[in-house]
Amino acid sequence: MYRETEILKQPGIGTPDVFGDMVINVGPQHPATHGVLHLILTLNGETIKKVEPHLGYIHRSIEKMCESLTFRQFIYVTSKMDYLSSHINNHGCCLCVEKGMQIEVPAKAQVIRVLMDELTRLASHQLWWGAGAMDIGALTPFFHAFREREMINDIMEESCGTRLTMNYMVPGGVMVDVHPNFQRRVKEFVAHFKNKIDEYDELLTGNVIFQNRVKGVGYLSKEDAISYGCTGPTARGSGVSCDIRKLYPYEVYNKLQFDEIIETGGDCWSRYLVRMKEMRQSLSIVEQLIDNIPEGDVQAKTKAVLKLPKGEYYSRVESARGEFGVYIVSEGGTTPYRIKFRSPGFSNLSALDHMARGGKIGDLVAMMAMLDLVIPDIDR
Amino acid sequence: MPSLENIANRIHEWLNNSFGAPWPMLIEFLIVGVCIIGLFAMLGLVLIMMERKVSAWMQLRLGPNRVGPVGMFQTVADTLKLMVKEGMTPDGADKLLFNLAPFIVMIIAMVIMAPLMFAKGLQIWDINIGVLFFTAISSVSVIGILMAGWASNNKYSLLGAMRSGAQIVSYELSAGFAILVIVILTGDLKISSIVDSQANGWWIFKGHLPVWIAFVIFMIAVTAETNRAPFDLAEAESELTAGFHTEYSGMKFALFFLAEYVNIFVVCALGATLFLGGWQPLHFGTDTQFNHYMDYIPSSLWFMGKTFFLIFVIMWFRWTFPRLRIDQLLNLEWKYLLPISMFNLLLVTLITIKGWHF
Repeated sequence: MYRETEILKQPGIGTPDVFGDMVINVGPQHPATHGVLHLILTLNGETIKKVEPHLGYIHRSIEKMCESLTFRQFIYVTSKMDYLSSHINNHGCCLCVEKGMQIEVPAKAQVIRVLMDELTRLASHQLWWGAGAMDIGALTPFFHAFREREMINDIMEESCGTRLTMNYMVPGGVMVDVHPNFQRRVKEFVAHFKNKIDEYDELLTGNVIFQNRVKGVGYLSKEDAISYGCTGPTARGSGVSCDIRKLYPYEVYNKLQFDEIIETGGDCWSRYLVRMKEMRQSLSIVEQLIDNIPEGDVQAKTKAVLKLPKGEYYSRVESARGEFGVYIVSEGGTTPYRIKFRSPGFSNLSALDHMARGGKIGDLVAMMAMLDLVIPDIDR
Repeated sequence: MPSLENIANRIHEWLNNSFGAPWPMLIEFLIVGVCIIGLFAMLGLVLIMMERKVSAWMQLRLGPNRVGPVGMFQTVADTLKLMVKEGMTPDGADKLLFNLAPFIVMIIAMVIMAPLMFAKGLQIWDINIGVLFFTAISSVSVIGILMAGWASNNKYSLLGAMRSGAQIVSYELSAGFAILVIVILTGDLKISSIVDSQANGWWIFKGHLPVWIAFVIFMIAVTAETNRAPFDLAEAESELTAGFHTEYSGMKFALFFLAEYVNIFVVCALGATLFLGGWQPLHFGTDTQFNHYMDYIPSSLWFMGKTFFLIFVIMWFRWTFPRLRIDQLLNLEWKYLLPISMFNLLLVTLITIKGWHF
């Protein structure tokens, strides 16, 4: 027997009947989900009645894994969560361990960390721009975005040794000093990208088809953004001030001149604008810091084996997708007793159903593109 | 002067002199059939190669460059791969319709070539309702697409097919009105007389504003009719994986793919015939020397040059624009293009009655 529950009385769902709605599985293998996200769509023709995200296809139990790794080791696993902002993930974990151990990070290491964070944010936003445009049907921006992203990857490769999962940050600073070419190449990149970002705007932002596809689509009010726990550009596009770099500054962010970008539209277009403007802000941060890297050590002196005092520690950083939080419970040993990551993608995804109802399938793709979902981040 | 027209005429005479009654006609049918199939294959190779090179050029890539000189045989290699691939029919699919659909789409693409005038005097069938034949036959291909989408027993395919149906049926109206503009100016539906009427200047030059409007509307409408980006909602890779041909593989998929490119060629050839003078060379008023030079270029080259220019424009659209949403697509047609083209038709009728065109 079928029992009518409260949730089915909600508008838009209705009571299921024999000739029920058309249900479509988008994913886990689908071009628009950029990973193994599985969405169960309930459709009425082309109109979406319900979106049900299913997770678990790329669950690697990173949190559990971290419990058996030492406080130095677990940081490297987090690179594989949000692989597009691995520096920032590492950064959050380092901050948390440093908070517990009360390690003072040298000034040079702080500046290098912030530089790397912002370069990572730029690379992540570039990929979002290209892949998002591809979702909406413009195939060319992808290649333009990757041209610039390649330069950042080369910079990372020189200094960190890897291109995607950097593992560059260690508790107490960064692993090694930056490559001698670092400053020159970053300056080259900044000069190059300043022109190219205008080109991005010419190619996509001003396009009337693109604007029609994103304007007024996926509306999320300020209240809803807060209640779903959205952070990052998703929430800032709805007018919520939530930039951790401004609200809870870490490292040298409080000495820097940059704006928190807030748009009040609440639709995909606002989210798009927030990210486009954030790229310019990140460029300005990189410009401010690149000539002012102080002299000194890149790593504080720490013990070989870190033992966090008994207690609970929480630290947060602003990743490219929103607030990334690290919560460590320590029993005083060499490994965490329990670890919990607050990943921005998970909360942002939870708002998708609310946004998508009443939209078309094409809208759903635009919404997912503008949420900038990274599935391994949602599904740890 | 050896021209395609002379060759065609000579073959025709020779056949008529050598054989008795039904044979010359049957042999000509055979020759034409072989030629069209050859053209079909050639167009597939050339246009797919061209698409790849154009997209690579726009996307900072090199494109295919390994198989053969500058990657020329890449499409041949791909075709071979598709031929040896298993053509699967999914369980639960309507077997007959599923296997029939790609052939319908392909046959339509071939039949539609009949009234095209490839060069001076080179035409398969100079039917007196030429452009009407185009509009009539091109609307049949939607049946093939609907069949493919329905018979696949796949929800993505079904959505793609329904989108395609709505789209093609809508945009045919605008394309038809744009074609009517030229028909009114020429006073004839026959392709050869439409081309002849442009001997003293192409319609795009002679026809003032209404023909420009009609040309732009025609290009938009045929882009939509051939399911090309930004109107590729029937396939919409990021939304419906591959739309109506999601379940097709091997040669059956290749037929859809080929038919798309041949359709592009056909509509661009029609555009070149109606607006850009078909095989007529470019003439500048009384500049006889210039006109003389232009006449030396063979008429087939003029026709192909114009057609490929339009094909390039359509490819340019694809690699630049994002995709429209289904409701926006239909709004564009019913709220903008259709009223504009209806008004345009009135305007051109007035111009023709008053004799204001050149």
